[in-house]
Amino acid sequence: MADQLQVELVAADRLVWSGEAKMVIARTTEGDVGILPGHAPILSLLVDGVVDVQTQEGETWVAAVDAGFLSVAHNRVSILSEHAEMSHEIDLEKARADLERAKSAGENDDEAEEAVRRAEARIRAVERAG
Amino acid sequence: MAVSLREYRARIKSTESMKKITRAMELIAASRIIKAQQRAQAAAPYARELTRAVSAVATFSNVDHALTTEPENPRKAAVLIVTSDRGLAGAYSSSVIKEAERLTEKLKEEGKEVEVYISGRKGEAYFKFRQRPVVQSWSGFSDQPTYDVAHDIGETLIGAFLNDDDQAAAEGVPPGVDEVHVVYTRFRSMLVQEPTAVRLLPLEVVEGEEPPAEDELLPLYEFEPSPADVLDALLPRYVQSRIFFALLQAAASELAARQKAMKSATDNADELIKKYTRIANQARQAGITQEISEIVGGVNALADANAGSE
Repeated sequence: MADQLQVELVAADRLVWSGEAKMVIARTTEGDVGILPGHAPILSLLVDGVVDVQTQEGETWVAAVDAGFLSVAHNRVSILSEHAEMSHEIDLEKARADLERAKSAGENDDEAEEAVRRAEARIRAVERAG
Repeated sequence: MAVSLREYRARIKSTESMKKITRAMELIAASRIIKAQQRAQAAAPYARELTRAVSAVATFSNVDHALTTEPENPRKAAVLIVTSDRGLAGAYSSSVIKEAERLTEKLKEEGKEVEVYISGRKGEAYFKFRQRPVVQSWSGFSDQPTYDVAHDIGETLIGAFLNDDDQAAAEGVPPGVDEVHVVYTRFRSMLVQEPTAVRLLPLEVVEGEEPPAEDELLPLYEFEPSPADVLDALLPRYVQSRIFFALLQAAASELAARQKAMKSATDNADELIKKYTRIANQARQAGITQEISEIVGGVNALADANAGSE
């Protein structure tokens, strides 16, 4: 059994990151899952949140994703999301401003709630990486 | 003669400045094509992974989904026409519209009602001018579409498609469509772009994966939370990514068509300038000749008059 994962983090309009990793942690609709090499094939839905990728060298990449998928098969992990950003690409100030704006836009609004979740995920990603 | 000479000079000048503009537009289009192609390439991994996931679900579960079932008696079809926002791209928009009209004819012959959705201002203008109804239109992005737009269009079309049951009709909601078609321009190469019509819904999942080799079994996926839920979330995205693909292709085609049109406009301007320069030179020479003959004529007349008086 191969001892590392081939990870691809893909957004709708670009390939965000790809490489080899030891472990991937993502938040699915059923809760957080950790994927290690040799994981059983799985296709799962992600919620807005943070994905951690631990590379072979012990580095940790953090990315914010909005709802998407995680598919694992034969040590290949693909994470698909309409919008995905690596932590170092995120503008923290802007994310905070987005959060404020979305929060003030009203709580009953579905769109605002979604924006709140997305902004929170981005802030979390930056904080986790920092 | 001097007046017309000035006129020709003015024409040469205005043609020259037009040539500068068309030349600039040609160069801009050329540089944007490269970007459009890069965007199309960047979007490819997402489409690939999504297709793989969809075919995996389709292969390993027997869940039927509303988006994949063929209606028994299709009566209404939606057509999304992808045109450009701006003209100056040769026959780009009109050939897409022509293709769409052909498809509309075909659907009508099959006894289906056709509803039109449009992306791009040129298409809007075409239908508005002919006072034909358009259900919904989107514009303002034709040369660099974003995924959000595709998302929006996808949601609308899926909504129209799913809103199909009798219950909805009873509640007064306009009945949905049974088929969704997309007409866009496929980017084959810088020189060849063809208008294409494809049926988007009901979905036919193209089997992305090769048949499994003898010794390698396809992964037996676990679905979380359940196959039906996964499919529910997957298929709309699949549709949206197909639309995004169409928009990207159309954008690249539009730019290529514009570059071609502007190149021939520049060439034509060159030819016109040459022609006008020749005519202007001719006029100038004719003017000189006439002046000389007038002077000579005047001198002769004077000489005659002097000879007569002496």
